[in-house]
Amino acid sequence: MTLSGPLTFLLQLPLASAAGAADAFLERLPLVARDWVTSWLPEPWRWLVNSLLSIAVILSVFGLLFAYVTLAERKILGRIQNRPGPNRTPIPFTKLRFFGLAQPFADGVKSLTKEDVVPRGADHLLHFLAPVVLLAFSILTFAVIPYGRHLVPVELNAGVLYFFAAGAATELAVFMAGWASRNKYSLLAAMRALAQLISYELPLLLAWVPVVLVAGSLSTTEIVAAQAGWQFNVIPHWHVFTPWGAAGFAIFMIAALAESNRSPFDLPEAESELIAGHLTEYSGFKYALFFMAEYFGMIALSGMAITLFLGGWHAPSPYVEFIPSYVWFMGKLSALLLGFIWIRATFPRLRMDQLTRFAWKFLVPLALINLGNAAFWSLSFHWSGPFQILRWLISVLVVVGPFVLLGRKLSAGVAPRVYRYAV
Amino acid sequence: MLGTGLLQGLGVTAKNFVGSFHDPARLTTIEYPEVKTKLPEAYRNFPFLVTENATDPMGTLRCVACQICEKECPPQCIYIEKSKDKKPDATGKPQLFPAVFAIDTSVCMSCQICVEVCPFEAIKMDQVYEIATTDRFSALLLNREQLAKSNAYYHEIHPTEAAEVDARLAAERKAAEEKAAAAAAAKAAAAAAKASPVAKPPLTA
Repeated sequence: MTLSGPLTFLLQLPLASAAGAADAFLERLPLVARDWVTSWLPEPWRWLVNSLLSIAVILSVFGLLFAYVTLAERKILGRIQNRPGPNRTPIPFTKLRFFGLAQPFADGVKSLTKEDVVPRGADHLLHFLAPVVLLAFSILTFAVIPYGRHLVPVELNAGVLYFFAAGAATELAVFMAGWASRNKYSLLAAMRALAQLISYELPLLLAWVPVVLVAGSLSTTEIVAAQAGWQFNVIPHWHVFTPWGAAGFAIFMIAALAESNRSPFDLPEAESELIAGHLTEYSGFKYALFFMAEYFGMIALSGMAITLFLGGWHAPSPYVEFIPSYVWFMGKLSALLLGFIWIRATFPRLRMDQLTRFAWKFLVPLALINLGNAAFWSLSFHWSGPFQILRWLISVLVVVGPFVLLGRKLSAGVAPRVYRYAV
Repeated sequence: MLGTGLLQGLGVTAKNFVGSFHDPARLTTIEYPEVKTKLPEAYRNFPFLVTENATDPMGTLRCVACQICEKECPPQCIYIEKSKDKKPDATGKPQLFPAVFAIDTSVCMSCQICVEVCPFEAIKMDQVYEIATTDRFSALLLNREQLAKSNAYYHEIHPTEAAEVDARLAAERKAAEEKAAAAAAAKAAAAAAKASPVAKPPLTA
């Protein structure tokens, strides 16, 4: 191999606009870069190094994203509470602050240098393994998300199933943490966490089943491909722009909030009420690992929501397709993460009974009705003309009607709440 | 309808988020080491010694080492040694002065009793709060050179109170001068009377 790799980059640059979107230079840049690196290696090693490179890129990109999501969260929460947020951490050995951009690394060093306390009665092996297992399963879920047109780390024909299987396995680690701590409060909190996670597993799964039903595939790439194209070049064919898709997306995001232990469903680790739930006996970097896993879970679920409902890496309009697909994916991901942060800043925490009641009495029935709605949608695929309007009308009614009726029935006598002593 | 309250709540937080960027009334944080708040005039902690003249602080201390504050101090953080000789004070009157005046700020509780009892307006409350040190023994024991601050500084931190004190001192000094002048006049008159026994009426038999 010669040094021609970088030179071909330059030669292809002017051709980028002329070629189709799929072949655009920026679109293929990650692949070209990877092939350039592996072209230095003998042929039998290339597949292995290709995979290792994908893993390294995912770990570094999402590790950094985790670091900066924590910073963005603290800054945005600060702004919403009318304070500036962390802005003082300087670049080491200088006085340059850059709005506190070094804060995540300072936090990392802090948690690394803290004492790692393990209770005497704890099961040392499981106590150590719980955060590792949790993090491992969270990272496994990144394997099947299509990050761009040519960027799917593992092409599985049951990718969605794999994603939610790996995601559900994190519940094991939560209970592991509670049990291995040998602390009755940790154990009880782990039970509560399990109750929450299992309650919301059901609406989460029921919310994406309609997508599989309409797209006709469990493969993430095919689900994204099913959302290609635009109406009048401005309305993309994303699932979220159908009545059942919008309802499914909302249910999915609510369940994702609960699954990733985010406010207002952050009961397992309610820092202002409990000590730290199942994390009570964890300190130092193990504690940080739990948070890393929580954020990875949040990022992965947002990525899956984008894949299932928001058109994956597709651009919203052909006019902006020159922006590479992975940029669109990251843009949508940032928007969803911003939504997570915004919701955290706004809503107070639910009570345990409200939490489970909301899942079983409200989300699960709506998700089941939505499944029927999606079945109707795919059966009425060939309707045209005025029937198309009828199809939309029926579908919207099937979403809005149960929502209003169920909401009224469940909140009768409960809401709107009157606060006797509030001014 | 269910969920409208949630949307309203999101609206409130969004308004706060945007407002914190352009509305200074919302973002009230003062970033302390770089920017400091103006302390209220009544804020007070830790005493200092008032000097009349900043160029010669040790020569113009108002303190006359009467040791009342030392005796009154509840946590007994003041230590004074009187001078052996006398020095003229600001009014030119010879006075004792403190050869040693030390306050242990690790013990001082900022109660202001030393200020209340001082008859010479010589000790006043300061407005310092950045006095943390890495040496908790000698660095927190302030000697008279560290304690002495000018009257101008006193005017700066407590303007109203300092003006009152100055007016009182000026009145006292004026009264003292008048008294001294009157006494001097009386003395002079008495001396004159003694010197010229003209007025004495002659004794008659």
